[in-house]
Amino acid sequence: MRALQRKMFRDLWILRGPSLAIGLVMASGVATFVMSLSTLSTLYHARLSYYERYRFANVFVNVKRAPETLKSRLAEIPGVMHVGTRITQFVNLDLPDMREPATGRLLSLPDHGEPAVNRLYLRSGRWPELERPDEVLISDGFATAHRLQSGDRVRAILNGRRQDLRIVGIALSPEFIYQIREGDIIPDDRRFGIFWMRRRSLEAAFQMTGAFNNAVLLLSPGTDELQTIREVDRLTDPYGGTGAYGRGEQSSHKFISNEMEELRGMALFVPTIFILVAAWMMQVVFSRLIGTQREQIATLKAFGYSSTEVGLHYLQFVIFLAWLGTGLGIGVGTWLGRGVATMYSRFFHFPEFDFHLDSRVVLASIVISTLSAGIAVIIPVRKAMHLPPAEAMRPELPPAFGSTWLESLAVLRRAPVELRMIVRQMIRQPIRLTLTCLGLSLAVAVLILGSFMLDGLNYVMESEFNVAQRQDMTLTFVEPSQGRVLSEVAHLPGVISAEPFRSVPVRLRSEHHSRRLGLMGLRTNGRLFRIANVHRQSQSVPETGLILSSQLARVLSVRPGETVTIEVLEGRRPVQSMRVAGLVEDFQGEAAYASIDAVHRLMQEGDAVSGAFLAADTRQTAELYRELKRTPRLIGASLKGSALIALRETIISSILLMRTFNIGFACIIACGVVYNSARITLAERTRELATMRVIGFTRGEIGRILLGELAILTLLAIPLGLGIGHVMADFVIRAAYDTELFRIPLVIARSTDALAALVTLLAAVCTGLIVSHRLARLDLVAVLKTRE
Amino acid sequence: MIINVDDAGDAPATDVNLREPVFRARGLTKIYHVGEVDVCALRGIDLELYAGEFVVLLGASGSGKSTLLNILGGLDCPTAGDVWFRDHDLVHATDADLTRYRRDHVGFVFQFYNLIPSLTARENVALITDIAEESMTPEAALGLVGLTARLDHFPAQLSGGEQQRVAIARAIAKQPDVLLCDEPTGALDVQTGITVLESLERVNEELGTTTAIITHNAVIARMANRIITLSDGRIVGEETNAVRSRASELVW
Repeated sequence: MRALQRKMFRDLWILRGPSLAIGLVMASGVATFVMSLSTLSTLYHARLSYYERYRFANVFVNVKRAPETLKSRLAEIPGVMHVGTRITQFVNLDLPDMREPATGRLLSLPDHGEPAVNRLYLRSGRWPELERPDEVLISDGFATAHRLQSGDRVRAILNGRRQDLRIVGIALSPEFIYQIREGDIIPDDRRFGIFWMRRRSLEAAFQMTGAFNNAVLLLSPGTDELQTIREVDRLTDPYGGTGAYGRGEQSSHKFISNEMEELRGMALFVPTIFILVAAWMMQVVFSRLIGTQREQIATLKAFGYSSTEVGLHYLQFVIFLAWLGTGLGIGVGTWLGRGVATMYSRFFHFPEFDFHLDSRVVLASIVISTLSAGIAVIIPVRKAMHLPPAEAMRPELPPAFGSTWLESLAVLRRAPVELRMIVRQMIRQPIRLTLTCLGLSLAVAVLILGSFMLDGLNYVMESEFNVAQRQDMTLTFVEPSQGRVLSEVAHLPGVISAEPFRSVPVRLRSEHHSRRLGLMGLRTNGRLFRIANVHRQSQSVPETGLILSSQLARVLSVRPGETVTIEVLEGRRPVQSMRVAGLVEDFQGEAAYASIDAVHRLMQEGDAVSGAFLAADTRQTAELYRELKRTPRLIGASLKGSALIALRETIISSILLMRTFNIGFACIIACGVVYNSARITLAERTRELATMRVIGFTRGEIGRILLGELAILTLLAIPLGLGIGHVMADFVIRAAYDTELFRIPLVIARSTDALAALVTLLAAVCTGLIVSHRLARLDLVAVLKTRE
Repeated sequence: MIINVDDAGDAPATDVNLREPVFRARGLTKIYHVGEVDVCALRGIDLELYAGEFVVLLGASGSGKSTLLNILGGLDCPTAGDVWFRDHDLVHATDADLTRYRRDHVGFVFQFYNLIPSLTARENVALITDIAEESMTPEAALGLVGLTARLDHFPAQLSGGEQQRVAIARAIAKQPDVLLCDEPTGALDVQTGITVLESLERVNEELGTTTAIITHNAVIARMANRIITLSDGRIVGEETNAVRSRASELVW
C-alpha cells in the first residue's frame, strides 16, 4: 500500500466518529433506496412472470347470460389468442369458525383440464372431478385464514339451496394476487374467498347450461386493447354485457400497480433526504479536514505531489467513506427488503414471492452515493488542489470577528460573554449554520414522513366510519330485489333501522373522457350512509342530478352545472344525460352518487334495491348473523367492525413497521448532524476553549459555549423541520396517495409533530452530552503549546 | 573563520565559479498584497548557487529569505525577474512543470518538520519514495540520519530533533539535486540542532547535494561554503568561508 493510502486509512481512523455518522446516514439512504426499489422490482418481476406463465387475461367482460357460441366469435376478434368463458356467482357462506356470514365467489373451471386463460397454480391437492359436483378448489388466502385444507367442507347457499362444498385443493390465480371483494378497499381473506368448481356443476346450480356470464381474453402482444374492448362490447352488448375492461381496471392488477406507484414515490423521496444530509456532512467534515491539513497538503506539494494527486487523495477518501456507507446500506436494505417482502406475501398471493436484490438498484446506489460524495466535497477538494504551497506553509489567518448588527441590540450587550461568543460564532458562519439547522430539520421531517400516513388513515377511518358510514352492517343482494325486501330486512332480529341503496354499473362520459364505475343511489334523507367530505361535513343527496367525487370530476373534466352522459351497463342499458349537481371532496378515488329515486328513474324500474345499510342492536348480533347465514339472496354482509380490524391487520401493521424504521433513521440523522457539528466546533475551537479553561472558566461553562450553538440550532430546526415535513408529506400524498382507488388526506396529528420534535431533541441532547465528554479530556498544556 | 569576499582575493571564488551554476536568479522581486498594503519581500535579487555547494542564507525575520527559498523551490513565483534551475525557467513554468521540478529535483526541510502525523517515520519517507524515480529506500534514508531504530514510530512518539531528522531523510530519500532548508534548527535546542546539522552536513558531503539553509543564527554560517546575507529584501553581503567548521564544532 502506498504511503498516501496509508494516510487515508489513518485519517479515517482518526475521524472515525464523524465518518461513522456520515456512513450511517448514507447507509440509511441507500437502505431505503435498495429496499423500496428492490421490492418494487421483485413485485414487478413476480407479477410479470406470474402473468406470463399463468396466462393472465388482458380483457375482461361480464355479461348477463351469453350462449357458448359467442366464444368463437370473441376468439375471431383480431389479436385475440385465447378466450375463456366462465360462470361466476357470488354466494353467501356459512363458516363454522365465524358467527357472521362470509362471501364466496364461485368461478367455473372447464369441465376437462385446466383453464386456458387465468390458469391456476395448484398449491396443494388435486383438480375437482367432473363426476363429483361438490368438489372445489379454494383460494390460498381464504384457506390460510380459516385453516382449511383438502377434505374440509364449506357450506354455501347456491341459488337458494344450501350445499356443502368439499375442498380438494388450494389454488392461486393471477387474477386474485390481491384478493379483494368488489367495492372494498381492504382485502379481507377471512370474509372473502374464491371457489373454483367444474363448469358442469355451476351450470346445473345456476341454470346456465350452454351459457356463460364472464369471459376473459388473452391478447397477442401489440394488440390494440381499446379496439378489442370496443369489439368485445359490440359482441356482448346483446347479452347484457356490462362493458369490457382491460387490466387497468381489474381490481387485483389495479391495487398492485397502486402499491408499486407508492413504492416508487417513497424510493425517491426518503433516500434523497438522507443522501443530501450525508453529502452536507461530508462537505463540513472535509472542509474542516482540508483546513487542518493545510500544511500537510503544502508539504506534499513541496515534495512534488501534483494538485491532481492531492485532490484525488481526498476524493478517494470521501468515496471510500461513501462506499462503506453504501455497502452497509445495501446489506441493511436487503434485510429490510426481505422483511417487506414477507409482509407483502401476507396480502399479495403469488405462487412464490422471494425478495430479489436487483443488481441495477445496487449499481444505481453505488453510482448515486459516489457522485453525491464527489459533488459534496468538490469545493473543499478544489480548495486543497488550488492551495498555493508557499501560502499553505503559513497558518490560516485568524477568523475575522467584528461587532455584528445583532450586538447593537441592547439585550445582547447585556448578555453574558458566553452567549455573545455563541452569537458571534453563529453569525460568522451563516451558511454552515443554515445547513446544520436544515440537516436537523430533515430529521424532524423524516419522522413526520414516517408517521403521517397513519394519521391520515386514522382520519379517514374515523371520518368514514363515524360521519359517512354510520351503519353497523351492509347487506348486498345477489340480484336487485323488490323494495319490499327492505321491510323483511327491517324485521330481522336486532335490526333497528334499514336504509336501501341501489348500485348500478355505469359508464360516465363527458366528451372524450369516460369511466366505468358503480353509481350509488342513496336516500335523500339517509341517516346511515351519508356523503361526507374530507372535512367531515355530510352533504345531502339532491333529488335530481349527480354528486361526483372531485377526483372523478377532474378525470371527466366536468364542473357542477354541466352534464355527463350515463350509460347503464345492466338491465335495459339506458343511456341518459344527467346534470352534475355538486362535487364532494372525499376519500374515495372515484365515486358517483344520486338519489335512489333518480337511479330508479334512470333505470326505468320500480323500487329495486341492491342492498341495505343496517343499524343493529349489538346484543342481538348472534341471532342476526344466524339469520343472515340462512338468507339465500344475500351475497354478503360486510361489517364495519371487521373492516376496521382488516384495515388494522394489513395496512396499519405495515405502516407501523415502516414508522419504526423511520424513527431509527431519523435518530441516525439527528445524532449524525449534532455529533458532526459538535465535533467540528470542538476541533475548530479547541485552543480557544482550552484558553478559557486556563483562565478560569469551568468545564460546564465551556461546555455551554460548545453546545449552546447546537442547542439554539436544534430549537430553530424543530419548527422548521415540522414545516418541511408537512410540505413533504403533502408532496408525497399528491405523488403517491392520490389515486383512483382512494385518497389519503394530509392530516398530521399533533402527537406526530410532538413525537418528531421529541425524538430529534432527545437524539440531539444525548449526542451533545457524548461530545461534551471530550472536553474532560482536553489537554490544556498540549493544546496551548501547539502552533496555530 | 569568515573571510569577506572582497578581501579574500579570487582564489576560492574562482574555484566555485568554475562550476556550473545550479540556480541563476536575476532581478528577483516579490510583492505581496496584504489587504490594501503592498509588502515588498524581495527587491531585485541577483544570485547564483553552484552544484554541491553548502550555502547559508542569513537574515533577520522579514528579510525575505523564506520568500527567496520558496521561489527557488518552485513553491512561489516572483513578481518580476528571472530564475533558472539549470535549463528550467521557473518563472514561466506551469503549475505542472513546477510540480515536476519539485518532484524530480528539490528536497525541502521545514522549521516545523511538517511530517504527516498519521504516518510513521518510515511511511513519511515512503510518501516521497512512492513518487520519486531514483530514490533510496526509506530505511536507507533514515539510516543516513541515524534513525534506524525509530522506523516505525509516529511523529508524536519522536523528539523534535528526531522529527527534523525524519524530515531530512524524507527530503534526501529521492536524492534531490538541491536541498532547501528553512530554519531547520529553529525549533530545536542546541544539542539537537547540532545533530540535525550533522545530518545535513553528511548528506552534502556524501551525496553532493547542493544545500541551501536559511537561518537567522549566524553561528550556523560557519559550516557553509558561502554565506549570503539578506536584509529588507536585498542581498547585503556575500562571504566565503576559507575554512568551514564542522557542525559538531558549533556552539551557540
